[in-house]
Amino acid sequence: MKAGFVRELLGRSDYAIIGEIVEPGTKVLDLGCGEGELLEWLASNKGVDARGVEISGAKVQKAIARGVSVFQCDIDEGLADYPDQAFDYVILSQTLQETRHPRKVLREMLRVGQRAIVAFPNFGHWRVRLSMLFSGRAPRTSLFPYEWYESPNIHFLTVHDFEALAALESLVVERRYFLAGHRKVEWQPNLLAEVAVFLVSRG
Amino acid sequence: MIVEANTVRFDSIALDNGTTLGPVEVAYETYGVLNAARSNAIVVLHAFSGDAHAAGISGETGKPGWWDNMIGPGKAFDTNKYFVICSNVLGGCRGTTGPSSLNPATGCPYAMSFPVITIGDMVRLQKMLIDSFGIRRLLSVSGGSMGGMQALEWAAAYPESVVSAIPIAATTRHSAQQIAFNEVGRQAIMADPDFSEGNYYDKQPPARGLAVARMVGHITYMSDDSMREKFGRRLRGKENFSFGFDVDFEVESYLRYRGSQFVYRFDANSYLYITKAMDYFDLTNGHGTLAAALEKTQARFLVISFSSDWLYPSYQSQELVRALRSRNRDVAYVELQSNYGHDSFLVDVVEQTDLVRGFLASTFEKAQ
Repeated sequence: MKAGFVRELLGRSDYAIIGEIVEPGTKVLDLGCGEGELLEWLASNKGVDARGVEISGAKVQKAIARGVSVFQCDIDEGLADYPDQAFDYVILSQTLQETRHPRKVLREMLRVGQRAIVAFPNFGHWRVRLSMLFSGRAPRTSLFPYEWYESPNIHFLTVHDFEALAALESLVVERRYFLAGHRKVEWQPNLLAEVAVFLVSRG
Repeated sequence: MIVEANTVRFDSIALDNGTTLGPVEVAYETYGVLNAARSNAIVVLHAFSGDAHAAGISGETGKPGWWDNMIGPGKAFDTNKYFVICSNVLGGCRGTTGPSSLNPATGCPYAMSFPVITIGDMVRLQKMLIDSFGIRRLLSVSGGSMGGMQALEWAAAYPESVVSAIPIAATTRHSAQQIAFNEVGRQAIMADPDFSEGNYYDKQPPARGLAVARMVGHITYMSDDSMREKFGRRLRGKENFSFGFDVDFEVESYLRYRGSQFVYRFDANSYLYITKAMDYFDLTNGHGTLAAALEKTQARFLVISFSSDWLYPSYQSQELVRALRSRNRDVAYVELQSNYGHDSFLVDVVEQTDLVRGFLASTFEKAQ
């Protein structure tokens, strides 16, 4: 990967990476899809068959109103009904750290989909480390802006943590992207990347 | 928008009970214009006590349709874009052949000699109506409550004819509780001395029984919250209890009024036949499982339930959604927050409008 800038997609650089990864005409499931913006973009620009899962009823309403097939459900339980290998890609964007059973979710993603695209904020970023080191309190940064008692994040992970879990699950990391703002990070991603995007499969 | 009722007659229809009924008339209304490709047709399906007059102002009665807030220019079912059809169900009493229709063999109303019909029979007759328009595929079939059950039957029975289905506040089969409420209604009618084994058409109809049946129905259509909000314990036109059995409470007055008015627009025998059809409805019949019943459908689904609907609770919609997901069908589902109970699909339509509009627009685009 060449050093460089990533143009935003829908105001987010991780979406730009995901938009680049997803092949046209495929079947895509987005977990925690919010108001369905990414799915709508993928449907109209890549011709994908787009589906989504979202827990918030208000967001599901907005997603359906924009024409995306979304159903209201908890990610931790919501995949069980799907048959094996129903999708080409299962996307989990900025949500893995909010799930109750991340390892189970990852397994389920690769049961119902050929490939999983996982984007998450990197808890190993130097600013997070410094915040913790100097304040002695649960870190608060632009990536992790919440007070600990208000945070939706319940499982913090770093780039190395995800690589370790992927190895433990014998996953093939097909591609990995690291971002700091709009810049791609090539060197020391565990320290310098704010967001990581992994494309993994069972090989 | 002034609308006129139409009627079409068919020689006969084959019924699920093995018999044939004929001739059969269907009362229907249409709104909007069928496009040249005949690809913008939507069938809207009425609930238990509804009729073909779904939208606009009736040229005959001056009244708005039962889903006039959802169907019309710029509304959820946008008649500037779509051609919407609604017909009265088989067994009904609002223009389509039912127990109050004359049996040509005897010259008398069918009454209880009318065959017991099913949701499948109702939908088969609707299919005949659609065929008569030369429409091969419906952009959507949609309805609430019993209308949602018909939408599901459409998707399962005529998979090649249904591009999308929108079952709202519906179920794939009646639960024991739902059957129980219907049975109370039927028993109220049949216990009325005026019922006369259903042969009341030339005399006083079982108005008291039918009114009681309707009162029970109305309770099930509301929620605890909506009744508290609408009536509370307020007394009707008095400061103190009457210490008698006349109307004391607002809620009593409301139910009595609704019951007594229902008699003017609904036939007691139709009440029996249509509730029975709902009770018999079970999409899994002959298929074993729900997923198998929906195996052949390629339709997109938008499933909507309401948080306060205890008559057709969300879990029933979710069973449907899970079965569709297990076959990887294209399904969108949301439970809307509403206090109006089962009636929500008729009265609380702001969010429902956004959902249906967006779903139909994307379905129409994909289908072109």
